Amino acid sequence: MKKSIALVLVALVLLTSLSAAGQADKAAKSEVTEIVYWQYYYETKKNLVDDLIKIFEERNPDIKVIHQTFPYENYNTKVASSVPSGQGPNVINLFYGWLPLYIDSGYLQPLPQDTFPNDRIEDEFFGLVDAAKFDGKYYALPTAVRSLALFWNKDLFKEAGLDPDTPPKTVDEMVEFAKKIAKLDRGGNYLQAGMTLELRGQMHQYLREVLIRQFGGSPYNEDTTKVTYNSKAGYDALQWLTDLERVQKVGIPQYMTDDVTAFSAGKMGITIDGSFRLGTFNALSDLNYGVAELPEMNGVKSNFASFWANGITSTTTGKKLEASVKFLEFLTSDEVMAMWLPAIGELPAKKALALQEEFKNHPMYGPFIRGLDYAHATKFIDEDAQRIVWINAYDEVVLNGKSVKAAVDEAAAIEQKVLDEYYSKR
Amino acid sequence: MTNITTRQYSLERKKQRYAYTFLIIPMLFYIGIRFYPTFYAFYLSFTDWNIVSKNMHFIGLENYRRLISDEVFWQTLKNTFTYVIWGLPISLLLGFTLAYHIDRVKVGESIYKAMYFVPYITSMVAVAWVWRWLYQPVPIGVFNNLLTAMGLPTQPFLMSKTQALPSILATTIWADLGFQMIIFLAGIKAISPTLFEAARIDGANERQVLFSITLPLLKPTMIFLLITGTIRYLRIFTQVMNMTFQGEGGPLNSTKPLVLYIYTSAFKSFKMGYASAMTVVLFVIILIITLIQMVVTRDEN
Repeated sequence: MKKSIALVLVALVLLTSLSAAGQADKAAKSEVTEIVYWQYYYETKKNLVDDLIKIFEERNPDIKVIHQTFPYENYNTKVASSVPSGQGPNVINLFYGWLPLYIDSGYLQPLPQDTFPNDRIEDEFFGLVDAAKFDGKYYALPTAVRSLALFWNKDLFKEAGLDPDTPPKTVDEMVEFAKKIAKLDRGGNYLQAGMTLELRGQMHQYLREVLIRQFGGSPYNEDTTKVTYNSKAGYDALQWLTDLERVQKVGIPQYMTDDVTAFSAGKMGITIDGSFRLGTFNALSDLNYGVAELPEMNGVKSNFASFWANGITSTTTGKKLEASVKFLEFLTSDEVMAMWLPAIGELPAKKALALQEEFKNHPMYGPFIRGLDYAHATKFIDEDAQRIVWINAYDEVVLNGKSVKAAVDEAAAIEQKVLDEYYSKR
Repeated sequence: MTNITTRQYSLERKKQRYAYTFLIIPMLFYIGIRFYPTFYAFYLSFTDWNIVSKNMHFIGLENYRRLISDEVFWQTLKNTFTYVIWGLPISLLLGFTLAYHIDRVKVGESIYKAMYFVPYITSMVAVAWVWRWLYQPVPIGVFNNLLTAMGLPTQPFLMSKTQALPSILATTIWADLGFQMIIFLAGIKAISPTLFEAARIDGANERQVLFSITLPLLKPTMIFLLITGTIRYLRIFTQVMNMTFQGEGGPLNSTKPLVLYIYTSAFKSFKMGYASAMTVVLFVIILIITLIQMVVTRDEN
């Protein structure tokens, strides 16, 4: 017995020393600094970043960037679970809504002030990058941002007797057009939907940042520590949205599983979606559509913007930190942003670049870019939980017959709890 | 003489030594992958760990206290038991009925067996997505198109608070049926044919044979299916994850089972401590049910 245990031990010792030797060997060889970059897998993004890394490495021969991607569906889980194991990247691409969690946990380090001074960031970037600022420090910066716009199906407009080249300018017009497009059979089933009602898609963002503001309210207080939509504006907004299904009969949620499928199939007249959807719709040759700015109401324009931002992990120090800062500087340069728009369909994060006439008046990107000017990026704490409160509020009204006021108040109470739990620990 | 016994003894010991050496690997694996995390979850349930934080605060019974006042937790627990209480008896009854009749089929028995067994070996994710499409409203849902064609009112299925859970349960039973059937069939085949012959010679009718011979002799089979089935239905997850939008378990949490709530709490909201507390509760429930079933089976034997 003793002999065999000894054997196992010897084998273990041998194995560990071998792998240690291997690592030492690797370290000795590399005079260049290696840094690791993580993002989620999206084919065009992966390819573009691969090309960008080649350019970067040519200019900085002493730096080597290792690019690793993970499936989008469980990217956040992958990143989070890599933290306790102590393994991970130097530069990382994160959704801005996840930043509070990672910053509070000490996963990211603040961007160095000498390379990225606050006043320069605030001067050059769109105001919505404020969502990456915590306790007066910026922790991450985007290459590109995304906003919402209205997509309309020109063929369905024509069929309904509408001008295929005139999108709705106001919210009332949007509903009026949608009513003309919606087709129901005798049993009340939709053969064709007028417009999207997809809270599970982008409509919860639309409700929170656009509708509530257009009804004269605001979703949160100044520092987003308090929910403020449990007010007349909030009630009016949910009333308006639930009326679309119950009174105006322009569509139902989850029509053909979701609005992207329905619009792609030419079964939905109007949808509201992000700039990232252009790629999906452009791939469909028989889909004849246009893009317009979100319609206004009561003279108020609003939009929701979001972004993926690059930050540096706090375990990165010394030469690797220097290299990471250089790489981040490169990723947020005008040069990269200009390449990003045509390749990915995401908008430049810097004002001067985005608002160039060429981009601003582009038939596809233009509406999104103009929307950025008045867009808000919700400071999410737990995006999943904060999204579901609106989905449930809608279902409570439509499926459960709850009053709009009670449903909104309940949503506000649940979301407030999420916020309190987070801010009480800070 | 003494020499021989020691040699035999040492040979025996040598064999044992090899056996243990080889068993170390699976042992280490199970300790590392199964037992350690299980016990660690007990510890985590007393902390506020959020997976990315280096700090883990011991907060005592706080997570359990929060569970008691968490409406979603009670709703998911209720849903979980609804899946078990309806799903298990129905699938057992259907499984037995199928097995009983397939056993008597003279021609094409294997075709019937294969037909009912295929859903069980099909990936649950694929099954869930196909059924999700079947349940869609007009114009794409097959069921609703059939209803419309027959002039009947369409049904909301997955979009209704009351119909969503039964709809998901129907899919689960359909996929589960093959397993119950094949085990029952094996049980029936294992009953000695002489018993049936003797009964017939004694003039017993079909019903008497069924209730006095087949069913009593199938008791061990049924107990096996009952225990494994209970655990399987208590851990229901994949179906709901794939048949509701992004695994939300909706509408209004009406289909969300406890395991899905644990998953979203742990890996979407990153509340590891809270999720661990729920895991412990589920562990205790499964333990109690299994113990009860074990006691019952011991009496039967």
